[in-house]
Amino acid sequence: MESWRRNKLAFAILTLPPSAWLVVFFTLPLVIVWLYSFAERGPQGQILLAFTFANYDRALEWIHLSIIWKSVWIAAITTTLCFVIGFPLAMGIAFAPRRFKNPLLLLVVLPFWTNLLIRTYAWIAVLRTRGFLNFGLEWLHDQVAGALALVGLSDLLGPFQPLELLYNQYAVIIGLVYVHLPFLVLPVYATLEKLDKAYLEAALDLGAGQWRMLWTVTIPLALPGIVSGCLLVSILSLGSFLTPDLLGGTDSAMIGNLIARQFSSSRDWPFGAALSFLLLYATFLILWVRAAQAGRSTASEAA
Amino acid sequence: MRSIRNWGGDRRAFLKGSGAAAVALSFGGGAVHRGALAQSDQVNVYNWDTYIGDATLKTFTESSGIAVQYDLYANLEEMYAKFQEGNPGYDVIFPSDYMIETMIKADMLEEIDRSRVPNFANIDQNFLDPSFDPGCKYNVPYFWGSVGIGYRKSKVEKPDSWKVVFDSDQYAGRIALLADARFVLALALMYLGHSANSTSAEEIAAARDLLIKQKKHLKAFVPDSGQDMLIAGDVDVVMEWNGDVLKVMAEDDDLSYAVPNEGSVVWVDGLCIPKGAPNLDNAYKFINHVQDAKVNAEIANTIHYATANKAAREFVDPADLNNPAVYLPDEIVAKCQSLIDVGEALKLYDEAWTAIQAA
Repeated sequence: MESWRRNKLAFAILTLPPSAWLVVFFTLPLVIVWLYSFAERGPQGQILLAFTFANYDRALEWIHLSIIWKSVWIAAITTTLCFVIGFPLAMGIAFAPRRFKNPLLLLVVLPFWTNLLIRTYAWIAVLRTRGFLNFGLEWLHDQVAGALALVGLSDLLGPFQPLELLYNQYAVIIGLVYVHLPFLVLPVYATLEKLDKAYLEAALDLGAGQWRMLWTVTIPLALPGIVSGCLLVSILSLGSFLTPDLLGGTDSAMIGNLIARQFSSSRDWPFGAALSFLLLYATFLILWVRAAQAGRSTASEAA
Repeated sequence: MRSIRNWGGDRRAFLKGSGAAAVALSFGGGAVHRGALAQSDQVNVYNWDTYIGDATLKTFTESSGIAVQYDLYANLEEMYAKFQEGNPGYDVIFPSDYMIETMIKADMLEEIDRSRVPNFANIDQNFLDPSFDPGCKYNVPYFWGSVGIGYRKSKVEKPDSWKVVFDSDQYAGRIALLADARFVLALALMYLGHSANSTSAEEIAAARDLLIKQKKHLKAFVPDSGQDMLIAGDVDVVMEWNGDVLKVMAEDDDLSYAVPNEGSVVWVDGLCIPKGAPNLDNAYKFINHVQDAKVNAEIANTIHYATANKAAREFVDPADLNNPAVYLPDEIVAKCQSLIDVGEALKLYDEAWTAIQAA
């Protein structure tokens, strides 16, 4: 492949459209919102250009930090569950016979083709008091009660009490895990796919059991994909507001809901911008730490 | 990989040509769009969803020859956000009470010239001097409604006080409230005997504490679908807009609607002309058409809200006219309040709401 230095004009023409697009539609709006975070709010909710740290002061109050902390906690649980469910799934697809790989991948990616809102509403239909899950449990309950009645223990089970699965924290986590699972499966699958299977065979030949091979060979080699997937899931679920809004109850407000409210009914864009950038600074910090770590490890490998 | 130089001149020329064409198209298209907004035979209307009659737009175009460009918004903040940087090209909008006041203060609305709206005479006298627009100079009243309690008759006795949702554990775990900071806090303030538009930090704090105490008995805060929860059996008591509850009452006989004795928040929507409207004449014609008695009655019979147009009530479905959920009895209206803009105090409401959500 030719080095870009030898043909700078062609390189410039090819990279200009995506770079321009990125600058105009990503960097520029981000800079504008960043400037808003230092602005003031007018009495009708207008944005008055000024320079003040008052919004950051307000964003760092304990009540907002506690909401951020709760969101981080929920994101951590979601990431862990996604990993526990998604890693075996990715391994299964990566080690499946060749003709099954693409259909299996398609099954993972297919839900993406449906709108997020519709998928979340679908979970409402499944989890609510008169939803499909409770219908199924009620049917089971009736069958068991019928069987017991035959034996003469008709009153053992009592009437059916539907499970309260919706409008609480559990429903939010189920919704978040469901939505973000493909974000973990795909990077991990990509890494496992590129893995040289010779390593695994060598480990087995040298006497390692299946579990030992998994923990000491497979997972360390797949670590880049796992880290990317987990980062993606945690960052995305941290900022989610649709799922907690629709599936959550009275104690499920996340930082995404708070920020969204500032841009709608509270009409306080500067404060919303300050909150958003607080999250962004934290995310940048994590990514910078990871990059520094990666830099150090490659340097130590090269040494 | 083949050298880029081997592509030949025609590839580069094609790229250059298509790039230039794309740029020209975007500029040209923009000019066409802006021109299209100010045509003499069109009016640009921006409205809530399902808030116009089935035949209104058609009869307008037939009678006046003016085409209607009809756009929808989901909530007032979405509409307000679009107007922040100037009028994006709309002639008629349908904001609610406090939003009308906000837009008047932000100098976004044209004064209505009543000589160009002959049907203004049809409007009910009671709406001609609202607190959010003294003298009704910037809006033409459209429809109004209330917030009340939708409930399941077989499980809940008729609620005659807001105590049922704000202060009691009688229906613990079966109550849903609106997810709107202003409306819920306004009703809590009214329950405590204060003004629904209080700007006092102590009163708002009292309302906040009441709700934090009640939170453990609530099932959820729902943005707009409380009535769906009611009809699905997830809750038995829900605070909702009257129109939404009426919709599900039509599907389930066991549901009913009541406004508690302490009164409620009444909202009024109005037709407004934003400043910078490109088709001013057509805007007036559209407003006049909507306020024609028969046209207005057709809208009322489609959307089942209460109309502010007195002359139209002759033609409104009697079932709606006699339904206290649609046309509140006068003695209840006397106790109701409207929301107005609270300016800087909006921050207090937002912080109170955050505290309630986080508690």
